[in-house]
Amino acid sequence: MKDNLIRLENISMSYGEKQVLKSINLDVRDKEFITFLGPSGCGKTTTLRIIGGFEHQTSGNVYFDGQLINDVPPHKRQLNTVFQKYALFTHLNVYDNIAFGLRISKTPEHEIKERVQKMLSMVNLSGYEKRAVVSLSGGEQQRIAIARALVNHPRVLLLDEPLGALDLKLRKEMQTELKAIQQALGITFIFVTHDQEEALTMSDTVVVMKGGKIQQIGTPIGIYNEPVNAFVADFIGESNIIDGIMNEDYVCTFGGKTFDCTDCGFAKNEPVDVVIRPEDFRMVMPREEIICGIVENIVFKGVHYEMHVKSGDITYLVHSTIPEVVGTFVGLEVEPFDIHIMKKSKPEEN
Amino acid sequence: MKKKLSPLSLIYSLLIFVFLYAPIAVLIIYSFNASKSRGTWGGFSLKWYAELFSNKDIMQALITTLSIAVISAVVSVVIGTAAAVGIYYSRRRTKALLTGISNIPMINADIVTGISLLLLFIFLKLDLGYVTLLLSHITFNIPYVILSVMPKLRQLDKNAFEAAIDLGATPLRAFFSVIIPEISPGIVTGAILAFTMSIDDFVISFFTTGGGVSTLSIEIYTMAKRGIKPEINALSAIMFLVVMTLLLIVNIRSSKVEKKKER
Repeated sequence: MKDNLIRLENISMSYGEKQVLKSINLDVRDKEFITFLGPSGCGKTTTLRIIGGFEHQTSGNVYFDGQLINDVPPHKRQLNTVFQKYALFTHLNVYDNIAFGLRISKTPEHEIKERVQKMLSMVNLSGYEKRAVVSLSGGEQQRIAIARALVNHPRVLLLDEPLGALDLKLRKEMQTELKAIQQALGITFIFVTHDQEEALTMSDTVVVMKGGKIQQIGTPIGIYNEPVNAFVADFIGESNIIDGIMNEDYVCTFGGKTFDCTDCGFAKNEPVDVVIRPEDFRMVMPREEIICGIVENIVFKGVHYEMHVKSGDITYLVHSTIPEVVGTFVGLEVEPFDIHIMKKSKPEEN
Repeated sequence: MKKKLSPLSLIYSLLIFVFLYAPIAVLIIYSFNASKSRGTWGGFSLKWYAELFSNKDIMQALITTLSIAVISAVVSVVIGTAAAVGIYYSRRRTKALLTGISNIPMINADIVTGISLLLLFIFLKLDLGYVTLLLSHITFNIPYVILSVMPKLRQLDKNAFEAAIDLGATPLRAFFSVIIPEISPGIVTGAILAFTMSIDDFVISFFTTGGGVSTLSIEIYTMAKRGIKPEINALSAIMFLVVMTLLLIVNIRSSKVEKKKER
């Protein structure tokens, strides 16, 4: 494959007894924005650090541009990193921080000057050259860290939860800005986050990880609409995950009612997880064939209302733009293609 | 939050300062006394200082003290900084253990340290003298360097070293062009502290020197045994001022660092 820039092959990683990565296989295409998404401890940062060369995998191979780079030390890899807490050098001013990498590669001073200026204007911090890094705000330090990495024209930029320390508004701004920078420069970005919204907003490809394993690789839309298992469905946005039975192809039962659905290929009467997004329920008049229940509570969320509807033992999460009075008996309608059937995950994976 | 002191607490504070500094003040005043008698004031004079600087033994001791202080400060800064970096980057349990061990010499009574070093030197069949004196000063200075460098390491971003390597620096270059400059305020404080401790020490030096090599504090002790001469006042006054100046520098430096952090 020509446009594969990085390939991870059977990467496993253990710290003593503890196995943090279990046979990771991944291809990263050139110029794509790929995000490792997962809860803390899922191995996403470890994977990033293995690509950066800061950790050495217990087994498996890392290829860069077709070359095996297992034994290439980090300072010789053609990639740069933006660290979680920025890791700026406090004894240097802004200019010298950004120039650090260029000075090591013995770039002529006049070229350094030009490139540093260009980077500063790209991150909207022109005129900050002489400032001490400790005098900058979190957002500004973040931009300097990005400039310091990108000034070296890396083929790949690794970003380890770089927006975690910023407040919500600044974070949204930086998301847009980072995406714009990535597209303008045409560099591969490998981004690590635990924030699903961040992943969906910025990425071309999302890699969902859990317990040292890759759960799903796909586009943001693909992962949101077609999660492969209950974990992914729950992690990417909110979901109702209900125990159900697959009666036969295209027919399933949950909540005591039988529904048409669009999935097939399960054993007859196989127990499954039924996943339904809260926004895919429509509140209608109660009737026999659909799930009916009582509205237990309602919370205003800005764009929509969030309601819990209790039907028998199951409480459904429903998002609707139309509020319903608590205590009302309602029906919940759902389209066949919004019912997602997942194989029950094996207990050892949970 | 500036509150005016009530008269009572003002008096109390003044009393504390009088108790603390009166003996030193008396010492300094009498070092300028023209009369040899300790009880009477014979007018202002610098003659004891003049005599001090023409006393060969004292001048020799001064050279020993300063050279020991400088060399032991430099050596302990190198060893102590390396040790601090090693401790900082080791695993959590090892870190706690090593920090504890490196602190023991500081809380250990000087006389115990002095005697143990003496025994060690005898055991190793080293002749007591300049070398053993220097070795012991290096030994007791190292913990102070570690103590000054450690906080700067803790303030360091945990990825600073990796960031330098990531930007293309070899590990060696990353250490010298990022880690060392980042912790340099701690290293300088450690050096000044080590220098001060070395000048200040009497007990350990007393046990570990020999062959006629003596430091100022040992010289003062020897002279005092023969009866206190006003020269001693002059010498002690100078030593007090040197040590106090150095400690002031250390304190001002660390409070500056604090302020920088608060910004």
